[in-house]
Amino acid sequence: MARLVVGPFNRVEGDLEVTLDIAAGAVRAAYVNSPMYRGFEQILQGKAPSDALVLVPRICGICSVAQSAAAAQALADAMGLAPPANGRLAANLLLATENLADHISHFYLFFMPDFTGAAYQRRPWFAAAEPRFRAISGAAAAAMLPARAAFMRLMGLMAGKWPHTLALQPGGSSRPLQASEKIRVYRELRQFRSFLETTLFGDTLEAVAALESLEALQAWRQRSAPACDLQLFLEIAADLELGRLGRGGDALLSYGSYPEAEGLLLPAGIWDAAASCVQRFASGDLREDVSHAWYAQAEAPQAPAAGSTVPLVDKPGAYSWCKAPRWAGRVVETGALARQQVAGNPLVRALVASAGANVMSRVLARLLEVARLLPQMERWANQLAPGEPYCVVGEMPREAAGEGLVEAARGALGHWLTVRRGRIHSYQIIAPTTWNFSPRDAQGVPGALEQALVGTPVAAGDESPLAIQHIVRSFDPCMVCTVH
Amino acid sequence: MNILWLQSGGCGGCTLSWLGAEQGPLFATLADEGIDLLWHPSLSQQSCGEARALLGACAEGKLNFDVLVLEGAVLRGPHGSGAYHRQAGSGLPMMQTLAQLAPRARHVVAVGSCAAYGGVAAAGVNPTDACGLQYDGEAAGGLLGGEFRDSLGLPVINIAGCPTHPDWISETLIALARGAIGRDDVDDLGRPRFYADQLVHHGCPRNEFYEFKASAAKPSDQGCLMEQMGCKGTQAHADCNLRLWNGSGSCLRGGYACIRCTEPGFEEPGHPFAETPKVAGIPIGLPADMPKAWFIALAALSKSATPARVRENARADHILRAPTLKKPRR
Repeated sequence: MARLVVGPFNRVEGDLEVTLDIAAGAVRAAYVNSPMYRGFEQILQGKAPSDALVLVPRICGICSVAQSAAAAQALADAMGLAPPANGRLAANLLLATENLADHISHFYLFFMPDFTGAAYQRRPWFAAAEPRFRAISGAAAAAMLPARAAFMRLMGLMAGKWPHTLALQPGGSSRPLQASEKIRVYRELRQFRSFLETTLFGDTLEAVAALESLEALQAWRQRSAPACDLQLFLEIAADLELGRLGRGGDALLSYGSYPEAEGLLLPAGIWDAAASCVQRFASGDLREDVSHAWYAQAEAPQAPAAGSTVPLVDKPGAYSWCKAPRWAGRVVETGALARQQVAGNPLVRALVASAGANVMSRVLARLLEVARLLPQMERWANQLAPGEPYCVVGEMPREAAGEGLVEAARGALGHWLTVRRGRIHSYQIIAPTTWNFSPRDAQGVPGALEQALVGTPVAAGDESPLAIQHIVRSFDPCMVCTVH
Repeated sequence: MNILWLQSGGCGGCTLSWLGAEQGPLFATLADEGIDLLWHPSLSQQSCGEARALLGACAEGKLNFDVLVLEGAVLRGPHGSGAYHRQAGSGLPMMQTLAQLAPRARHVVAVGSCAAYGGVAAAGVNPTDACGLQYDGEAAGGLLGGEFRDSLGLPVINIAGCPTHPDWISETLIALARGAIGRDDVDDLGRPRFYADQLVHHGCPRNEFYEFKASAAKPSDQGCLMEQMGCKGTQAHADCNLRLWNGSGSCLRGGYACIRCTEPGFEEPGHPFAETPKVAGIPIGLPADMPKAWFIALAALSKSATPARVRENARADHILRAPTLKKPRR
C-alpha cells in the first residue's frame, strides 16, 4: 500500500489536502483535510446578536449572501419575526443571484479547465476544449466574466455590493426597490438569460429545463447546431465516462429553499437511495461528531445548538479542522444534485437512478438548476410591489434561540444561535462542504468525498491525478465555509 | 510583471469581488497591461504536484516573481507556530512561507483588510492570533515588521477594504506594472491614495438627509444612517460613493451603514455595528476634520431648519413628498 498526499487543490475555494492510500493502482482509502482554522464560532461569542449580520457573511467570499440569509433567518427565528412579501422576494432574488453566479463560476473557472491539460491531448474533443476552457487565457472565461460582472449588477442594485452585503435583515431587506428599479432588475435578468441561452445552453432555458429523461438528454446532445458549452461538457463526460467516477449519493440532503407565499419552492428532505424515497427532514436528527477533528470532544456527538468549537491542535487521531456532521447517524451528500433530486426534477431523478451521484450528475444538476431558476427569478422580480414595505423590525429577547436553514449554491447551510443576557452565547454553523468533506466519525465511517474517492484509479508516480481532481471539484467545495 | 498570489486567513471574497471588474474581461485587461498571474489559488491551471513544484521554486529563488500578493490574514497561532494554517500538500505553516517569499518580491501587496491589518480574522478574542503583513491592527508590525521596505523602498501596499473594490486591485496592480507608484502615492496606513484620500461620505446619495440630520430609524428607511444606524461614512477613507460597486451600488445605496471596513480595527468598533454610540445624545464618532463644537451647533441649527419633506421621507421606504415644483413665471 502506498500513501500519496495530494494538494494544494486550486480552483476550489480555500485550502484542501487529500491523503490517499493506494493499492493495485486504485484508491483504497481517502482522508480529507481542511488545513485552515479561523474560529468564527469563537469570534461571535459575546457579541451583540445583530453583529452576526456583519461577521458571518465574512466567513466566505463566495457564499456570502447564503451566510447572510442563514444569519438573518436565525435572528428572525429568535425574534419571532417574519419579513413582508417584498422582503421575502428580495431575499429570494439575492440568494438565487449568488447561487447562479456560483454555479456559472464553478463550471467555467473551476471545473472545465481540468480538461485542458496535456494528458487529454489525444481525446477527440481536446481541440475544441483546450482553447475554450484553458484557465485564465481561455475564450470561455473572456466571454463569461463580463456576463457574470453584468449579472452581479443585480447585487449592486438590490444589495449595495457583493460580497458582504448587510441588505439582508431579519425583518426583510434594507433596499426598497422602486418601480423603475424593478424594471432594471428584470432587464438585468433578461440580459443574463441571453448569455446563458447563446453561450452555455445553445437553446432556450425552458427547452433545457424540459429535458426529462436520459433519452431526451442524449437526443439533445446529438442535435446538430448550434454548438454550446453544455454540449461540449456532455461530449467530454461521455468520452471520459464521468458518470462512473466519484460515485456517491446513498443519502442526499436538502434543507429546502426559496420561501413563497404557499411554502418552499424547493422542498426540504433527504433522498434515501436504499428506500428509494424522500425522507422527512427534521433538524433534531442532526449531530456533529468531532472524533477525527482537532477539537475538544464531548462524550457523544452534539446537536448543533448544543455544540462547541474548542481547537486542540495536537489531538491524537485527528486529521482535519472539519467536523463530521451526520443525519440520523448517516453520512449525507448535499448540493444542487441533492436539491433537485429531493425536489423531484425528472432528469436528475433519472440520472441518480441510473448511476447515483457522480462527477457527471453533480455538474449537470447545477446547470439544470440554472435553467430552472432564472425564469423563476424573472417571476419574482415582477412580483415586487413598490410602495409596500420591504422590512419590519422587532426586538431581540434577552434570552432566545434561533435556527437558520438555507440552501447555499453548494448545499445545506445551517446556523444555530443562542442568546443569553442579550449577547450571543453560542453560534454554531454547519456549512455544505462540512457535510461533503467531513472526516471519519467515531464509528470510523468516512465522509461523502472520502467514500466517493475509493476505487478511483491512480497511476503510479502521478502526483496530480486528474480523476481525483475531477471528483473533488465535482462537489464545488468551499473550504473557507467548511471550517469557518 | 508577474504575480504570485497566496491566500491565508480570509474568505476569498476579495478575489471574488475582483472577478466582478466591469472594464471588459478582467484577464484580458491584465494581459493588455503586461500582467501575468504566475499562480493564483482560485484561478490557475496548475494544481497539486504542479502547484507544489511552482511554489517550491519561488521559495528557493529558482523562479522569479515580481509581486507577492497576500489575501487573508497571517495566522500566527497557536503559540506562534502558524499551525492554524498549514499549506495543503507540504504541511508547512503559511506564515513561514510568506516570511520566506516577501523579501524575494519586488513589491508586496496586501489585498483586503485581513492581509493589511488582520481584519475580521482578528475580531473578538482573535482566536488564531491573526495579523496583517505589516500591521497588527493599527500598530505597525505584523508579520514583516514596520520597517519592511520592498526593493524600491515601498512599504507593503495595503489595498484595504472588506472586500476590496475590483478596481482598487486592478488599478494598483496596473500602476505597479507601469512603475507609477511612489512613497507619496500611499497614505500613512499603506493604502493607495487614489481611493484612500476620499471619504465614503463623498457622493453619498443620502446627502440632503445628512445636511438636515433627518435620520433613518430602521433598515429600508431613506434617511441619514449616521445618527442612529451606526454609519461611519464621514470618517471612512474610500471612494465607494464616487466609484460605485457592482454597477450602481454602495453600502449606503444598499440601505445600510458604512462600517469603516478600509480602516484598521474596524472589526472591533466597541459597540454593535448597527447602532451609533452617543454621549449625551451626540454621536461619538464625528466627521473627519470637524471641530466638535461646530458639529453640535450646525446639527442643532440644521435640525431646526429641516423641511417637512425631508423629515417625512427620512422615515419612509419610498418618496412620500416630492420636492415642490417651482411655479412658472407669468
